[in-house]
Amino acid sequence: MAQSAAGKSNKEQKYDRQLRLWGDHGQEALENAHVCLINATATGTEILKNLVLPGIGAFTIVDGHKVTGEDNRAQAATELLQELNSDVSGNFVEESPDKLLDNDPEFFHRFSLVIGVQLIESTCLRLAGVLWNAGVPFLVCKTYGLVGYMRLAVKEHTVVESHPDNALEDLRLDQPFAELKNHIQSYDLDNMDKKDHSHTPWIIVVAKYLEKWYNEHNYQLPKNYKEKEAFRQLIREGILKNENGVAEDEENFEEAIKNVNTALNPTKIPSTVQDILNAEGWKNITAQTPAFWVMARAVKEFVENEGEGKLPVRGTIPDMIADSEKFINLQNVYREKAMQDASVVSKHVESLLQSVGKVCVYKSKKKCKNAAFLRVVRCRSLADECSVELVNKDEITSCMDNPDSEMVLYLMLRSVDRFFQQHSRYPGVYNYQVEEDIGKLKLCVNSLLQEYGLNVNVKDDYIHEFCRYGASELHTVASFLGGQLLDVEFLLNKYGFVMPKTNLFIPFCLNNQKFLFALGCAAQEAIKMITHQFVPFNNTFIYNAMSQTSATFQL
Amino acid sequence: MNLLLFSLFREKKRRRIEELAQSQKKAVDGGNEDSQDWDGRWNHVKKFLERSGPFTHPDFEPSTESLQFLLESCKILVIGAGGLGCELLKNLALSGFRKIHIVDMDTIDVSNLNRQFLFRPKDVGRPKADVAADFINSRVPGCNVVPHFKKIQVFDESFYRQFHIIVCGLDSIIARRWINGMLMSLLIYEGGVLDTSTIIPLIDGGTEGFKGNARVVLPGMTACIDCTLELYPPQINFPMCTIATMPRLPEHCIEYVHILQWPKEKPFGDGVALDGDDPQHIQWVFQRSQERAAQFNITGVTYRLTQGVVKRIIPAVASTNAVIAAACASEVFKIASSTYIPLNNYLVFNDVDGLYTYTFEAERKENCSACSQVPHDLQFPSSAKLQDVLDYLIESTALQMKSPAITATMEGKNKTLYLQTVASIEERTRPNLCRTLKELGLTDGQELAVADVTTPQTVLFRLNYTS
Repeated sequence: MAQSAAGKSNKEQKYDRQLRLWGDHGQEALENAHVCLINATATGTEILKNLVLPGIGAFTIVDGHKVTGEDNRAQAATELLQELNSDVSGNFVEESPDKLLDNDPEFFHRFSLVIGVQLIESTCLRLAGVLWNAGVPFLVCKTYGLVGYMRLAVKEHTVVESHPDNALEDLRLDQPFAELKNHIQSYDLDNMDKKDHSHTPWIIVVAKYLEKWYNEHNYQLPKNYKEKEAFRQLIREGILKNENGVAEDEENFEEAIKNVNTALNPTKIPSTVQDILNAEGWKNITAQTPAFWVMARAVKEFVENEGEGKLPVRGTIPDMIADSEKFINLQNVYREKAMQDASVVSKHVESLLQSVGKVCVYKSKKKCKNAAFLRVVRCRSLADECSVELVNKDEITSCMDNPDSEMVLYLMLRSVDRFFQQHSRYPGVYNYQVEEDIGKLKLCVNSLLQEYGLNVNVKDDYIHEFCRYGASELHTVASFLGGQLLDVEFLLNKYGFVMPKTNLFIPFCLNNQKFLFALGCAAQEAIKMITHQFVPFNNTFIYNAMSQTSATFQL
Repeated sequence: MNLLLFSLFREKKRRRIEELAQSQKKAVDGGNEDSQDWDGRWNHVKKFLERSGPFTHPDFEPSTESLQFLLESCKILVIGAGGLGCELLKNLALSGFRKIHIVDMDTIDVSNLNRQFLFRPKDVGRPKADVAADFINSRVPGCNVVPHFKKIQVFDESFYRQFHIIVCGLDSIIARRWINGMLMSLLIYEGGVLDTSTIIPLIDGGTEGFKGNARVVLPGMTACIDCTLELYPPQINFPMCTIATMPRLPEHCIEYVHILQWPKEKPFGDGVALDGDDPQHIQWVFQRSQERAAQFNITGVTYRLTQGVVKRIIPAVASTNAVIAAACASEVFKIASSTYIPLNNYLVFNDVDGLYTYTFEAERKENCSACSQVPHDLQFPSSAKLQDVLDYLIESTALQMKSPAITATMEGKNKTLYLQTVASIEERTRPNLCRTLKELGLTDGQELAVADVTTPQTVLFRLNYTS
């Protein structure tokens, strides 16, 4: 997509606001992805809407439910969604996921991501097993009354561009590299004219005063609050004074003083990155090793050799009061060093690949710039989560120390699944069932807790509340949730449906708002998985719409 | 959160329901032949309105009246038909609200289509409010959305007073403060006590990239928009000397061309303002910015950056808007139906790293210029200049006014001390800026009235001389 043309492509114009978040390469990843949605409920289609609008390459809806005797829900949904964005290609398969798992489990291997909505537990676990072994990420979404639930299952997901919110700068003031040292030397603060003095970048100011400090403190950095205060005072005394002895207005010095706290942080490798560099699984590079791990290994070799224990220099500095020339010169010192370090890392990559008979085809610069922000997310499998031996008892019991923690909602969702298993329906769907079902649901809760050996207390209020919900969402597995995509009229005309008995047109309601919250989240997590930018959650997300609170658990 | 509000709300509802029952005797369940309700249409909603539960609002009683109120009487105003507005409108319409008004002064642009899903390529150029209303009205049976292709400021109290709840999806803090001020002006105090029936709840949502927030404001009772001004990150404005003489970043070069070079060179004619949506204008700025950057050895000027800086573009995606709109619409539903205790009162959302939400109760500011009944004190020495007062009104984090106009009542007459927004008055009153408060004849304890674009009413200040 041409950058300079005034006549930008229509696509670039359309996607402008999101390109500013994940860039052209992120958009490309999105456009090359093929997502599978299982169950075209309103909720499922809402997730897809939030993927179709930003331009996902393709989607396939798998849904065996019929809307009328002849027309299929998957087809209706596909058409509605395609209308939202002509760049996207939509497909549908009129088959239940269980049938596909029986006859053609490899059907699912082609997808970048599979999203399962309102799946019953048995289907969900079967599908999860297939996808886990095939290395296809699986995002499970469920809403039940006022509770939203998401579960991400992926063996290993690597992120180069995590875009952290408040990253510290990489200034190396505690261990300046040679070129930076020389550059600092080129300044003589005591013999500058006023204009230059006031427009010297604060980084230089701090570096110069650090030299003074080192001379008087045995080459030790200011360590505690007292010392940092003294250091700030030292800088403050360096502010020029006019003929009456009154301090001049030197904003760059004020900036230096303000930044002392963070500027003197010792340069070190974050522990998350240490873990990546030392990861066991990828110690030996083979021809199959993914690019991320080859790079990680190359960075590790850099750290152990040329880097002298440090990562490649990031190369960026924040804006600061300074004249253009001084700023640009300082910025170039960091930039050039970063480029140098990146090319050294590239050489390591090349030799690693050569040793396994491959040629280097990717660029290192972006990964080097982001070396401090590399992240890896590993989610446990659903099988492990549900296994009696491997269940994460500690996480569950410690959260339940607070009986109103979102964890109780997770336990209720599991219990409701159990109820469905036993009674082939969800509790409280009809008014007359509510009273009786409370008792039955309680039995399910107790059997769940017993089976997993969970010594926790689930308050009766929650059991009552879950019966009250009447699975209004889950009931609509067979329904279209009235024009989620706002085409009730269209459907009426095209498919001629009016099916009060199956509650086909139950429009959106309170519980759907909650759903929408969770679904907006689901779409975003899907985008993170596809673009490998930003960090996905790990691994269970519960949204409580009653209190407008949420929690993430690693189960 | 004061439960008084919910009693008040139910009062309003009861009154309306009585009116309805008197005029039409209809069964609630199954709807009636005139409405487009089919059997079972509202079953889901009814589960929440007609069943009791352990977590409902203490005042809540299951009844069939709530649904009636929701469907037939409750009037909602949605401000903004953009990313949040489209999602809000859909959510509300499908939740059963049928009387919705929507206000938006913008027309549709291609860059809206990645998330404002009520619009299609063929709608580019048309007013957002109109297209959004058409879309919903034609697809949700029974829903009546009334569009207003206007600025919020053209409406007065009589317009806003008709709504039960107002929900905003705005992209400007100034607009938020304005509607906040408007709702404050509707409050009636009798003998110092707030008449709670004059409260109109304000649900406000905002998003930026992967971050968002949703809040519930009960005017006169909870923290208002102005109470928490400090929560908003300061807008990035580069200092003029940086732009004019020592640029360092590509953004500085772009702002130079935008602010200084364009007015000087008038490349597209006299009086032709820079239009950020005109690709030719942006192209011109882009090329000149590259030239300027080259002079200073600055790299990084791109077309995309140029447009971003000139238009102050905020990155946006569909998913964040979906999340925040859902949170806001939930609150509208909760308040309208009194089923659950609403958000108290601020929700923050961030999904850059995992998914993070944080809910807290923003506190009212005792001397909030918008919602406290107390005139704000201005402390200045009598020798201070009017300019100092002006600077304070603009720079104070609590006030953050944009172009305040200051008047005072002196000798029984209203005297304009300074006003920027009308050129002739600006010129006439400009000399006052250099005069001291004493010279201007202002006394200790004098009341000053200040008008500004951030509030629909004038704000009263009391001048206190420190010396």
